[in-house]
Amino acid sequence: MPTISGSGETKNEHQLNKGVWTDNGAPAAAGFSVIGKRVPLKDAYRKVTGEGVYADDMKFPGMLYSRILHAEKAHAKIKRIDTSKAEALPGVRAVVTGNDAANRFGVLPVSQDELSMAREKVIYNGEPVAAVAADTEEIAAEAIWLIDVEYEPLEEFLKPRDSLKDVSPELQIHDKVEKKHPNTNIHKAVDQEFGDVEGAFKQAEAIVSAEFKFDGISHGFTEPHAIVAHWDADDRLQLYTPQQVPHYTHRALAKVLELPMHRIQVIRTMVGGGFGGKSDPFQHEMIASLLSMKTRRPVKLTMDREETFLTGRGRHPTEGKLAMAFDKEGKLTALDSDIIIDGGAYGSFGVVSAYYNGVLSNGPYWMPAFRYHGKRVYSNRIPSGAMRGHGSVNPRFCTETLMDMAAVKLGLDPCELRLRNFLPSNTLTPYHKFRITSNGIREGLAEAMRRSEWKKKWGKLPYGHGIGVGCAWYISGSALPIHWNKLPQSTVHIKIDMDGGVTVHSLAAEIGQGSDTMLAQCVAEVIGCSLERVHVKSTTTDTAPIDLGSYSSRVTFMAGNAARKAAESIRAQLAAAASRLTGQPAQYFDFAGEEVICRSKPDVRVTFMEALHGAQADIGALIASGSYQAPPLGTTFKGSNAGLSPSYSFSAFICELKVDPDTGFVQPLKIWAAHDCGRALNPLAVEGQIEGSVHMGLGQALTEQLRYRGAQLLNGNFLDYKIPTPFDTPEIEAIIVESADPEGPFGAKECGEGALAPIIPAVGNAIYDAVGVRMFEVPMTPDRVLRAIDAKKRAETKGE
Amino acid sequence: MSKRLLKFIVNGRKAEVAVEPHHTLASVLRNELNLTGTKVGCDMGTCGCCTVHVDGKAKLSCLTLALECQGTEILTIEALNEYEMHPLQRAFAECGGSQCGYCTPGFIMKSCELLERNPDPTREEIKEALAGNLCRCTGFMKIYDAVEQAAGELRKKEAPQPTPLKV
Repeated sequence: MPTISGSGETKNEHQLNKGVWTDNGAPAAAGFSVIGKRVPLKDAYRKVTGEGVYADDMKFPGMLYSRILHAEKAHAKIKRIDTSKAEALPGVRAVVTGNDAANRFGVLPVSQDELSMAREKVIYNGEPVAAVAADTEEIAAEAIWLIDVEYEPLEEFLKPRDSLKDVSPELQIHDKVEKKHPNTNIHKAVDQEFGDVEGAFKQAEAIVSAEFKFDGISHGFTEPHAIVAHWDADDRLQLYTPQQVPHYTHRALAKVLELPMHRIQVIRTMVGGGFGGKSDPFQHEMIASLLSMKTRRPVKLTMDREETFLTGRGRHPTEGKLAMAFDKEGKLTALDSDIIIDGGAYGSFGVVSAYYNGVLSNGPYWMPAFRYHGKRVYSNRIPSGAMRGHGSVNPRFCTETLMDMAAVKLGLDPCELRLRNFLPSNTLTPYHKFRITSNGIREGLAEAMRRSEWKKKWGKLPYGHGIGVGCAWYISGSALPIHWNKLPQSTVHIKIDMDGGVTVHSLAAEIGQGSDTMLAQCVAEVIGCSLERVHVKSTTTDTAPIDLGSYSSRVTFMAGNAARKAAESIRAQLAAAASRLTGQPAQYFDFAGEEVICRSKPDVRVTFMEALHGAQADIGALIASGSYQAPPLGTTFKGSNAGLSPSYSFSAFICELKVDPDTGFVQPLKIWAAHDCGRALNPLAVEGQIEGSVHMGLGQALTEQLRYRGAQLLNGNFLDYKIPTPFDTPEIEAIIVESADPEGPFGAKECGEGALAPIIPAVGNAIYDAVGVRMFEVPMTPDRVLRAIDAKKRAETKGE
Repeated sequence: MSKRLLKFIVNGRKAEVAVEPHHTLASVLRNELNLTGTKVGCDMGTCGCCTVHVDGKAKLSCLTLALECQGTEILTIEALNEYEMHPLQRAFAECGGSQCGYCTPGFIMKSCELLERNPDPTREEIKEALAGNLCRCTGFMKIYDAVEQAAGELRKKEAPQPTPLKV
């Protein structure tokens, strides 16, 4: 039975008077000593003091500074690049162009379509064309304007539907496109149909359908892209980069620079926010490396905010037409979904996005029949990619809005309709065979309803004041790795020497979500030591075992499990030592509170340090390795791997808001956000993830949009790209629902991404409750809300 | 343009730096004085990451020309952790007010100014004070918790305000 806790019920009273990082005396989950404790993040004290080192904080002797020249055309042949004037500027040490690196790269092996810098043609306004390394940043900035590029414009593809057309090879943005549509700019098409969709719609009691549109949005992380590359005296490349996935950058660097991977070391600096926007291997990483290899000097490249926006990889602009059928009991009988997503200039994670936009609609409801036609197209816009909730967020708005419309048609409470359709625990979805283990969504929705007083409010609040619901699910890591091989998806090493420090090595990237702390908790729990003993080293490819990094909400599940396994191996070594020291059998020992205690005779015990030194006697430092690989899952049709995950999180949100009918302005009042994360290893971090997801989702719901004039981004700054401020953010009550997953580390699933999607439809549905209009375009800006209210008024007047 | 000599006091220490007239305070602090705790998120006054104190007032160091600070006293995030960690810093860590950490120094400097002015702010007053600071990770809730916790602690202890070393 899932249990409920969260920010509405608990406060931080225990966290006082601590000068250094320490266990803070908070209670652990029942049966555990550090799992379930509200602990501060391991690296938080470095962050609050300014000691933490981000890439732009780094300085090396002899360091050069780099700037990039970005394309000023969206689709054009490069007739000529003349860098001679830039090279002649005093202080300029090197200039590179597309001619310096011919090899293509990209995060997915199936879409290797990026170049370090454009060659022959540019494909979006903002694409890197050339770059300069100079003694100062000012000289570099001056030099890029001395680079002369002559373009011959080509027809631009700025609307996703234009990319569906057959065109001449010259007008294809990339050579390699979807095989089914060889003469178009379609990157990937997915067509799936399961069950009797037509029949379900024919027999339906209620059919709801609508067309939806979503603007592109950006991750908006606060740290602009910044890196330092250093081709060192040993002829090795050292790349300091705030990467969510150092491993994919490592692979891409090797390919582009034509170096074996071991001659490259990727060092993750502190990451000032990622949200998916720092998970591709990037052109600027290649560019700084090329410049450093040319000059044999360290090269720093720091982008400004606009360049960071232009680098992109945000959520795909999306257009969709979706329909749902229901029987008279309110059971969902079919979903028919047709979606086009605008991938922009590159493939990025797009093949995955094309699948996720469809297959992740097979939950959190039981789906008896399912049809999906999805297309991801190339366009001459800023590249889209993976952003928090990757591929699930926009279609989730569509299906949750349709659920609400169906509830109205069927005369049911929207929450009741959802409760009738939720997937059960311990089941397989009918066609994709997604394996649902634990599922606390019923308890979550019930709790959100209780706390929000849903039954008293829904349909009963005065005009302009409304309440709405949205539900969602998400993967806890993709079961299929991006590079298809038999290597583990996560490996964790532990080393303990006589100093008693427990060093945990991993390449799971700490990006502020608390993964270092999570690893430390998993290890400390197993070997019974204090958290402050555990030091996590997760930055450096030379010392860290490979991990596929921080994306797809995989870290807690996969790296956490690897850490637990490594710690279990250490525990066995300590137990053997305790056995030798006490004469009791090794399997009789418990580990907790820095002691190794004989289970049957609790007064027979040794300290952690005694056991450690005992174990070290003949072998020196204790070392252990643990790894994780997802179990075999799913079925065999083409594309059936997409969406497979060892477990799924579930969320149910309720939003109360006000709409000003005269201005269309929407003011959220309160959000109740129930999220089933399996087990909250660190409730403080889980609440932080839920609250942060809600805030980010609110931005997409109400204010955030990438706006263009033609191909030119208009709002590449935080003044015009409107992220919710404290005044725009209502109180968020995070409700943690715990439903232990049988395979997750200590029962944990995910909480970093799944908690984003439900807030957007909850806002839309609350707007309907407030003023009676359905919003089909996101963000739901005042002008759009007002237009909908006006249209409704006009229709009503006509009707009279 | 020729460099001019900027003389000011930074975190209680006399500093003399030759700066270009167009250099911002943020760039001088970070690049010349190596005080990299002050972050630059947008370089145009929209995110608040670069907030420092100039003569006791919170300012955006990316919008302040270095030469405007002639003869002033500057306080950066580094000063709050001399000899003792400031209650705001501890509270931000302990309440989960810092995730990726990039905005954190700016939030703390802005909160520090608020608590010097108003030792017992309401949540609305905290919101108002922090409205110009952008955090993309936390959704602000735990930042408010942190400011409230630190305010309580400062009041309880009557802790002295963070005065830097005497010159």
